[in-house]
Amino acid sequence: MTLQTTLQNKSFSFADVKEVLAKANEEKSGDRLAGIAAGSDLERVAAKTVLSNLLVSDLRENPAVPYEEDEVTRIIQDGVNERIYGELRGWSLAELREWLLDQNTTEAQIKRAAQGMTAEVIAGLCKLMGNLDLVYAAAKLRVTAHCNSTIGERGTLATRLQPNHSTDSVEGITASLFEGLSYGCGDALIGLNPVNDTVASLTQVLRRFDEIKRSFEIPTQICVLGHIGTQIAALKNGAPMDMIFQSIAGSQKGNEAFGFSGDTVREAQALLKRQGTAAGPNVLYFETGQGSELSSGTHCGADQVTMEARCYGFAKAFSPFMVNTVVGFIGPEYLYDSRQVIRAGLEDHFMGKLTGIPMGCDCCYTNHMPADQNDIENLALLLASAGANYIIGVPGGDDIMLNYQTNACHDAAAIREVLGLRPIAAFDAWLERMGITENGKLTDRAGDATIFMRGERS
Amino acid sequence: MTNEALAGQIAAAVLAEMRREAPAPADPVSQKEAQPPGQTASGELMAAMKKSTSARIGVGRAGARLQTRTMLRLRADHAAARDAVLLDVSQGLLDRLQLPALQSCCASQTEFLTRPDLGRCLPEEGRKALQKLQTAPCDVLIFLADGLSSRAIEANAENLLPVLLDGVKAQGLTVGTAFFVRYGRVALMDQVAALTGARVVCVLIGERPGLGSAESMSAYLAYEPRTGMPEANRTVVSNIYSGGLAAVEAGAYIAELIGTIHKAGASGVQLRERGEYDLAIKR
Repeated sequence: MTLQTTLQNKSFSFADVKEVLAKANEEKSGDRLAGIAAGSDLERVAAKTVLSNLLVSDLRENPAVPYEEDEVTRIIQDGVNERIYGELRGWSLAELREWLLDQNTTEAQIKRAAQGMTAEVIAGLCKLMGNLDLVYAAAKLRVTAHCNSTIGERGTLATRLQPNHSTDSVEGITASLFEGLSYGCGDALIGLNPVNDTVASLTQVLRRFDEIKRSFEIPTQICVLGHIGTQIAALKNGAPMDMIFQSIAGSQKGNEAFGFSGDTVREAQALLKRQGTAAGPNVLYFETGQGSELSSGTHCGADQVTMEARCYGFAKAFSPFMVNTVVGFIGPEYLYDSRQVIRAGLEDHFMGKLTGIPMGCDCCYTNHMPADQNDIENLALLLASAGANYIIGVPGGDDIMLNYQTNACHDAAAIREVLGLRPIAAFDAWLERMGITENGKLTDRAGDATIFMRGERS
Repeated sequence: MTNEALAGQIAAAVLAEMRREAPAPADPVSQKEAQPPGQTASGELMAAMKKSTSARIGVGRAGARLQTRTMLRLRADHAAARDAVLLDVSQGLLDRLQLPALQSCCASQTEFLTRPDLGRCLPEEGRKALQKLQTAPCDVLIFLADGLSSRAIEANAENLLPVLLDGVKAQGLTVGTAFFVRYGRVALMDQVAALTGARVVCVLIGERPGLGSAESMSAYLAYEPRTGMPEANRTVVSNIYSGGLAAVEAGAYIAELIGTIHKAGASGVQLRERGEYDLAIKR
């Protein structure tokens, strides 16, 4: 294993694989905040060069956090198919990158090879990819999952309808929900971020979601994104629930900071199997985002792309229905501006797909970072081209509870029209029955939320 | 195929509830939006729905895109939020409130946004200036920081600060000289306490602006804050702005809270554990 190189007559050397991975990252303010970023552009490229010559085995044998100390590392390492890894272990990352990009390499071959890769291998590949590489490689891959409907089929772009409200008013939430449905949003999920993380509040909203889902016969999933503990308690208490949500991190300490462990997720999964409202088998919803480990001081000295890849390795073990990188929510100290957010969105989607999880993205930004709506519209289009499973839909893109902006309900409809994509098949048929779309395009009825109040059919 | 009866019941329940509910707090935006053209029949229904939320519903469309007025309104609200982050608190306000101004270790706006650690400390000269300001030990020290919204300070400080100072003094507590910190973060209070020996420190700071409100301010309070203390030991009063907790009301409330914290010798979850939390949740 060579950890040094000469570039432009300057020699660069690195202490270990972890340092190579960190310094090979595209520029991110979070890596700088952590004090592990490349000191110059040249050093960054030197690290990429060294990384390209490392073998798959070098990455596998040097996890970001030691096996003995960390549950996430153990879950990832124990999940590797050793036979497939044996075939790959002698490949350099440069070779593996080119094999992935080769047009003769099929989706099935990549999915098989991915069973022999750890998160560090996938993160390493990501760092050797340009933005179009990330789109090109990810576009080969589709990852489907089934809860009540099947997400991730080729030719589809789904949305999570996010009808958040500043005080959890059930009627206010319902108003935003109807608005979103009238634009064709909500096929991946009708999912609320609650203000009040209590069993009573979660149950009240879930009951309304369930009533609406059943009375209009909407083929979709429902979830209220409280803490996993609150959701488990609500489910035990009889609340209707298709999925359970949790934010996850790339280290055991990070998950502990979120207040859960792998066992908690297993408990949720087992409980949903017995008492959930969905057919399954995929009944979990995870959210991630580069920088969350650093923000809780649990990054273990590793860079944020590597930690993000480890989130996906953890997620994979639980066969989720959807994984969402909330890419621009964390703030400019981790992803400074729209350039870094767009890059991170493409990285996360690629890494998630390669890991084998049903990946979508909340293309978003906060008001204290140099970014605006144009930037996330760009990102949404790029990700739809790359085959992302879903994006978010919020009225006007303005989330009045989380105080940030994401895609408007209009955006998915526009992107579907531009790229020739459709909603999830069952939901697509429902939209046509409701007269909201005709041959995949919005009709005159679309955008009128009151059609659900009048109980009208087209 | 649709379960018409159940759907009808939901619609009726929703409508009844929406008509009963008080208008949503203060987002002028959705109220100002016109009805989408050609949908007057649903106008009354949509009006009822809009009353239940400040989300931008019923905005209509141009193809699968936003109407021009909606798009411009969003851009205007975002511009206001950006300005709140980027613009400085005016010298005029600091003069009127007689607040001496210090600056955190951040040299620029970019540094403030990317280096939270530097926003939590004062440079050498700032530390000296602070010690010069606070000549005698005090029970309570109050300072303001721009945080992520200068507009929050501009909109609330003048109404809040005099009420707060009077309210604290009326309880017989001694109060140090109030001051302002540019590029300051919440945990700067830890260093302020260490340098001055103040028992209770309160920082009034601009919140990260949303599109609905760029003027929201928070107060963070702590008993003997120290670097490395658990964040949960700070007591927070958030949403101080005209559409949330009004500034004058907030001033009186925070003064009362400071008295409780001083008496209990604890803040945040520790205060709650001591059963003194009734006051803190009554708003």
